[in-house]
Amino acid sequence: MEAAVFILSLIDCCALIFLSVYFIITLSDLECDYINARACCSKLNKWVLPELVGQALATVLMLVSMHWFIFLLNLPVASWNLYRYIKVPMGNMGIFDPTEIHNRGQLKSHMKEAMIKLGFHLLCFFIYLYSMILALIND
Amino acid sequence: MLHLPMGHSYPSLPPGYQKMGIPPSPLAGPVQLTPSMAGLSLQSQTPEALRVVNLLQERNILPHGAVPPPTPCLPQDLQKFNCSPEVFRCTLTSIPQTQSLLNKAKLPLGLLLHPFKDLSQLPVVTSSTIVRCRTCRTYINPFVTFLDQKRWKCNLCYRVNDVPEEFMYNPVTRSYGEPHKRPEVQSPTIEFIAPSEYMLRPPQPAVYLFVLDVSHNAVETGYLDVVCQSLLDNLNSLPGDARTKIGFITFDSTIHFYNLQEGLSQPQMLVVSDIEDIFIPTPDSLLVNLSECKELVQDLLKALPQMFNKTMETHSALGPALQAAYKLLSPTGGRASVFQTQLPTLGAGALKSREDPNQRASAKDIQHLTPATDFYKKLALDCSGQQVAVDLFLLSGQYCDLASLGCISRFSAGSVYYYPSYHHQHNPSQVERFQKDLKRYLTRKIGFEAVMRIRCTKGLSIHTFHGNFFVRSTDLLSLPNVNPDAGFAVQMSIEENLLDMQMVSFQAALLYTSSKGERRIRVHTMCLPVVNSLSDIFAGADVQAITGLLASMAVDRSVTASLCDARDALTNAVIDSLATYRSSVLTIQQAGLLAPSCLRLFPLYILALLKQKAFRTGTSTRLDDRVFAMYQLKYQPLSYLMPMIHPVLYRVDDLTDEGALNINDRTIPQPRVLQLSVEKLSREGAFLMDAGLVIFLWIGRNCSSSFLSQVLGVPNYSAVPQNMTRLPELDTAESVRFRAFIGWLREQRPFYPVLHVIREESQLKPSFMQNMIEDRTESALSYYEFLLHLQQQISK
Repeated sequence: MEAAVFILSLIDCCALIFLSVYFIITLSDLECDYINARACCSKLNKWVLPELVGQALATVLMLVSMHWFIFLLNLPVASWNLYRYIKVPMGNMGIFDPTEIHNRGQLKSHMKEAMIKLGFHLLCFFIYLYSMILALIND
Repeated sequence: MLHLPMGHSYPSLPPGYQKMGIPPSPLAGPVQLTPSMAGLSLQSQTPEALRVVNLLQERNILPHGAVPPPTPCLPQDLQKFNCSPEVFRCTLTSIPQTQSLLNKAKLPLGLLLHPFKDLSQLPVVTSSTIVRCRTCRTYINPFVTFLDQKRWKCNLCYRVNDVPEEFMYNPVTRSYGEPHKRPEVQSPTIEFIAPSEYMLRPPQPAVYLFVLDVSHNAVETGYLDVVCQSLLDNLNSLPGDARTKIGFITFDSTIHFYNLQEGLSQPQMLVVSDIEDIFIPTPDSLLVNLSECKELVQDLLKALPQMFNKTMETHSALGPALQAAYKLLSPTGGRASVFQTQLPTLGAGALKSREDPNQRASAKDIQHLTPATDFYKKLALDCSGQQVAVDLFLLSGQYCDLASLGCISRFSAGSVYYYPSYHHQHNPSQVERFQKDLKRYLTRKIGFEAVMRIRCTKGLSIHTFHGNFFVRSTDLLSLPNVNPDAGFAVQMSIEENLLDMQMVSFQAALLYTSSKGERRIRVHTMCLPVVNSLSDIFAGADVQAITGLLASMAVDRSVTASLCDARDALTNAVIDSLATYRSSVLTIQQAGLLAPSCLRLFPLYILALLKQKAFRTGTSTRLDDRVFAMYQLKYQPLSYLMPMIHPVLYRVDDLTDEGALNINDRTIPQPRVLQLSVEKLSREGAFLMDAGLVIFLWIGRNCSSSFLSQVLGVPNYSAVPQNMTRLPELDTAESVRFRAFIGWLREQRPFYPVLHVIREESQLKPSFMQNMIEDRTESALSYYEFLLHLQQQISK
């Protein structure tokens, strides 16, 4: 049972890592002029909701299986994602808005956010891996 | 046409600038006496810009006439090549060397441009090779360095490039071997005719589409007569050539297209009522060639006002009409002019009334400054991608949610025109303004499918953009239409320290298709010195440019955060910069509110911004008026914007020819500029206030009867009509002088300011009094109180 939970979280975390890398690559493509703002933002906005769902899934899994420490680790990121999603102003085309992305250093701050999330997901990956192996050994 | 200085050899550069590898020595010449050095010596040697002014004691801080832009501190032979401040202006004419120094100065660093301004002298170069730097693609400009005759060094990235063979020959002087005398290196503003490498597709023709609201409300206002008449009058002066195309769409709850095919005897109207899924009824002949189908177009324009006279439709399907316009124009690109008189109620993009009339005079935060839907923004981006610009004319008496509607123009490089409470009978002054603005709009120069790039010397980078355009990728602004009345601003930061550099350059390059189908590039280059002391930075501060940039930044802040935040940020900008001046630049500490002479108007301008329609609280302001004022702050070029922020007040009942200007054989009097306070008004005089979009003429109760009879044509004060907006053309010397003065004021801007003559009991008196910035009101401080507040905050 334990092992199953951790295997699921591990897969989820892998998906989130790939997503973070995708965000970073797309944003740096925009910085280097390989794609334009509209294409970049529509690509990224498409994956905002899946990322939100994936992170929420990992958090809920940890809550349900009563691993409090990892749950508390995941909770801030999940709630930050939710906050950003809800707080998009009505006139904007999603979290990534092509008319605003080149203003006020938004591109840089999005990039920084994606990097931090990548680091966090990598950390979680190793935690889940360790816990899964531990659970498998204990079975 | 071209101005080449006589007897000019190599532009003499300061020593150490011509050879590579040798660290530059300090600039030779008069610039050596920099303000920082002067501060150590006697007070009398301090340049005028740094003269200490105690704002609490000096009342007369306004100059006699217009405020002159500061001149950068460059050697004379470089400064004469510098770009005109009407086209290109920087908030700090001496650039700080490091970002930390800039942060210490607490002044914003940015550029304000007016790149497509109508210029009387513009050198145009047709050349097979356009010389550009190989790495950064900068165009060759007066500030590059020529190391021997065959190589030139870029002033933005410092790469050494080769001079191409063709460039060595100068076609103007027919001489060989003097590349530095070519017009590209002699003019900071120049236009190239671009070869085919600069075209993604064959240059488009001029395509004009007019989208007209014909609901009952619209017909009531009577705007349709004015538009059709104006078009009929100006049909031959629309910029374009033999390929120019024109089309019309009218809409109420359905969309109407007009088949103007050449063989028809009269225009044929096609109605599309399925507004959920708009389609174009016929593939061509909705946009027709103007010269071939001129009679049909004229017939349509004559018939249009009567066609909808009896309409009872009250709904407005603006969203579907815009989608139809986009579909019609996307194959070629072009301009769509949309006329709207009410809130769109049907179809995609329908809006609800969000304004709460009770909140108009709220002293707290103002809501609903952001768009309600992203429909217009998305459509504007689609239009921008197909080189379609949408200009919006809003002629409405009620709330129209300009915050949402304006997006269609803001991101497609269009312009927004606003005529509140337009009505042909009840508001004739708006009608006159509309007519004159339309004439200018239809006949002014236009550029199509344009892009603009702003390049700076290595080390500086642009981080925020202000204006009507879409930033497609870093530094590349997509402008489907470029017009001569649009202004742009950018904010910069110093990424790498500018050590070893004496000067930095900025270049704005605008690539566009002219209305005659020629691909052209307009290039403006500006050069500014680099300094490393705070006092030099303050000495080079351009107070009007700083105010303009802060206004744009405050609009952004109001939209992303809140209006109160923006107001606080504006006040803090003054407090911080004056506090830095006091603590770091002043050598002698005195009591009072001290400012350098170049920034003495800064608190006054900030107070004016806080009392401007865009940012004021506590006074009843309609939401659409406020949003339009915010759009103007971001869109208007600085020289047209300043009277809108700080109106100019003159006494005009005693105009003399003393100090008058002589332009085109007309003598234009130059009365003194007065402070905006009622204590400057006098019952015995007449005063003129130039507020940008409107001009007020206030007549005192005991005004001299000679002024009244000779200028206004009335025998006494009580005979002055209530809603007078026109001046009689009398033969008297006073009338001629006065009309020359008003004509001169009006010529300085492209939009038409209406003249309102105000008596004591006039309805417009509150608007006039609201512009008296230095006075106290129930919701705002007087100028003196504001200064005391600043002083208190600074000494904390």
